[in-house]
Amino acid sequence: MPTPSLTSLTHAIVDLIAMCALLLSFVMLGSHWIRNHILAFAAQSWVLAALSAVIGFSGHYPALLVIAVLTLLLRGLILPHLLVRILDRAHLDREFAPVLQPAMSVVMGALCVLLAYGAALRLGQAVTGQSPVVRIGLTSLLAVVLIGFLMLVLRREAVSHLLGLLVIENGIFLGSLVLMPGLPLLLEFVVLFDLLLIVVALGMFVRHLRAEIGSTDSRSLDRLVG
Amino acid sequence: MIWAPLGILFAVTALASALCWTVRLSRIAEIVNLAAAAIDCLLVGWLLAVTPSGGVRGLGDYFRLGPLGLWVMLCTALVYFLASLHAIGYMRRMRGEKERLNRFYGMFAIFALTLFLAPIENNPGLFWISIELTTIASAFLVAFQRSAETIEAAWKYVVIASAGLSLALLGTILFYWAGIFTMGPSYNMTWSRFAAVAPLANPGLVFFAFLLILAGYGTKVGLVPMHTWLPDAHSEGPAPVSAMLSGALLNCAMLGIVRFLAILKSTPEHAMAQTVLVVIGALSLLVAALFIVRQRLVKRLAAYSSIEHMGIMAMGFGFGGALGVIGALYQMLNHSVTKSAVFFGAGTTMHAYQSRRIAGIRRVLDAFPFAGLLWLVSALAITGAPPFGIFWGEIVLLQGGMASENRWAVVWTVVLLVVVFIGFLGHFRRMYFGQPPTRPPESAFHWTELVALALAVAAALGLGLWWPSSVWAYLRAIAHHLGSA
Repeated sequence: MPTPSLTSLTHAIVDLIAMCALLLSFVMLGSHWIRNHILAFAAQSWVLAALSAVIGFSGHYPALLVIAVLTLLLRGLILPHLLVRILDRAHLDREFAPVLQPAMSVVMGALCVLLAYGAALRLGQAVTGQSPVVRIGLTSLLAVVLIGFLMLVLRREAVSHLLGLLVIENGIFLGSLVLMPGLPLLLEFVVLFDLLLIVVALGMFVRHLRAEIGSTDSRSLDRLVG
Repeated sequence: MIWAPLGILFAVTALASALCWTVRLSRIAEIVNLAAAAIDCLLVGWLLAVTPSGGVRGLGDYFRLGPLGLWVMLCTALVYFLASLHAIGYMRRMRGEKERLNRFYGMFAIFALTLFLAPIENNPGLFWISIELTTIASAFLVAFQRSAETIEAAWKYVVIASAGLSLALLGTILFYWAGIFTMGPSYNMTWSRFAAVAPLANPGLVFFAFLLILAGYGTKVGLVPMHTWLPDAHSEGPAPVSAMLSGALLNCAMLGIVRFLAILKSTPEHAMAQTVLVVIGALSLLVAALFIVRQRLVKRLAAYSSIEHMGIMAMGFGFGGALGVIGALYQMLNHSVTKSAVFFGAGTTMHAYQSRRIAGIRRVLDAFPFAGLLWLVSALAITGAPPFGIFWGEIVLLQGGMASENRWAVVWTVVLLVVVFIGFLGHFRRMYFGQPPTRPPESAFHWTELVALALAVAAALGLGLWWPSSVWAYLRAIAHHLGSA
């Protein structure tokens, strides 16, 4: 079994935290204030750090405690800080022309969760039989990843695309924590480093976008076709 | 001992990059970068001579250099050298960028470094990271000119490629998960361990993970329908960068798909996975052919031709069998050098005529008798005309297709190759003949550009006239190792 040493109390905590992370991605879908998105992303990262610590502590994976600290620092503090800085420099605070209204985005998100649940149910059944941990892990993994893609599709602001990418990565991290806490430490470590690079790189592009095009609305990025 | 040349290769490239960043003289940076590229070529040649056919592992389980990885490195090294040579003349003509040119070469060397890193990774997770790093390094190169168009292209490139690659990460992690039921909760993530895991794991989960990985790396390879970043990035970046993207980066990403396909070889899902790859390659070929016929911009024409060739290679690997894999690998090398020549010619000609549009370029041979001829020959070679290397790669690959279960794809490919041939050369006919241009060309080929173009065309012709039996044996061993022979 994937997580043999988890007690039922830890199970309950893991369930709870995974649900919290999922709910926080709905906060991002339901609001058009980008600052709220960043706050929700930071909160989601803290929740993931907590999850990492809980699983590491109760499952005796000391590496996960290191990951928890790194997650808190990098995903929870440094990345949100960089994002806020990008936001300030670009002088923008909300999505002015969303593709869908917030309510509709949330409904789409709910559909994503249903889809994820269905897939997780079938996949989990086939792989492990009836394991509630696997079901919750797969559901939250697929749901958060799908919501991240939804944000990429539904949002127009460049910064929101960046957040969508980060949410996808958070989803993958969440799922890997619950399903395979024994995943080699190195991978998590380099993924964190990679996220930092992406944010820095895209941050620079946002600045140039602002300078060259005068807008960070991705609809103005329509010159290259055919 | 293979780790000495490999170590020197990374040290030289990293050192060259550091030098370019610190010594802020573009004239020195271009020489340093070119020297590093030349040394890398020699070192890869040395590695080809000393690497045993079984491959060597190093630094614990983190690195492994085998024939397949080395073949991809060979493509990278050749394109890196040719592009560095071409860049000298090409980049000097960029207006107002003179002070920043050293940064261009510094980033160019870093990009090459990440491309050399990916093929030797023995850990699928670290391989993923290397591919992700290539995205970031090359995005800066695409956006080097900082116009609205280049930033748009770079932005789309990073967002689409990162989103796509996150699927590949998800697939890799699900693959790991599939293994913990037989390997225990924590095991080393390596290609060979994954290959051992695959037959024992749940087939549905393994296939699901493969599809995610195909979509993820397929995005980076430029397979339809995840190709949308490719024409933008290839056409907006400077020509040497386009050559590196097309001739080196796409191969590295393709390596991820090939390795995961090989991992599936003893599972019941293997045939299905092969068919999926053939279908997606066939789709890429179709879409690329249609866009080539209707294309109006010179470099986008070459970019869609890259999608076409990557689609054909994907089909070759999907056909499997010794011939399918050998053909695809030979085409990989030939595509790298030939497409470099096409981009070199396109970039310099576009500078000369001050136009990105095919309609803006007329009577190339009148202005550039020799270079124009070379560019025309490279166009002929890239469409798969004999006697150039791509023709032989495609012939062998299609023979592999006839022996496979997906024989329909051979007919499909032949028909579309004819369409591409007519469409692609039709554009070249308009650029070479027809009405004289309204404005005469303003600049000429720099000698470095001419030499790079000539070398690339000579390589394409040489590989077509002579396919050494040792190379055939080398590729056959790779095909055997991938489990298709």
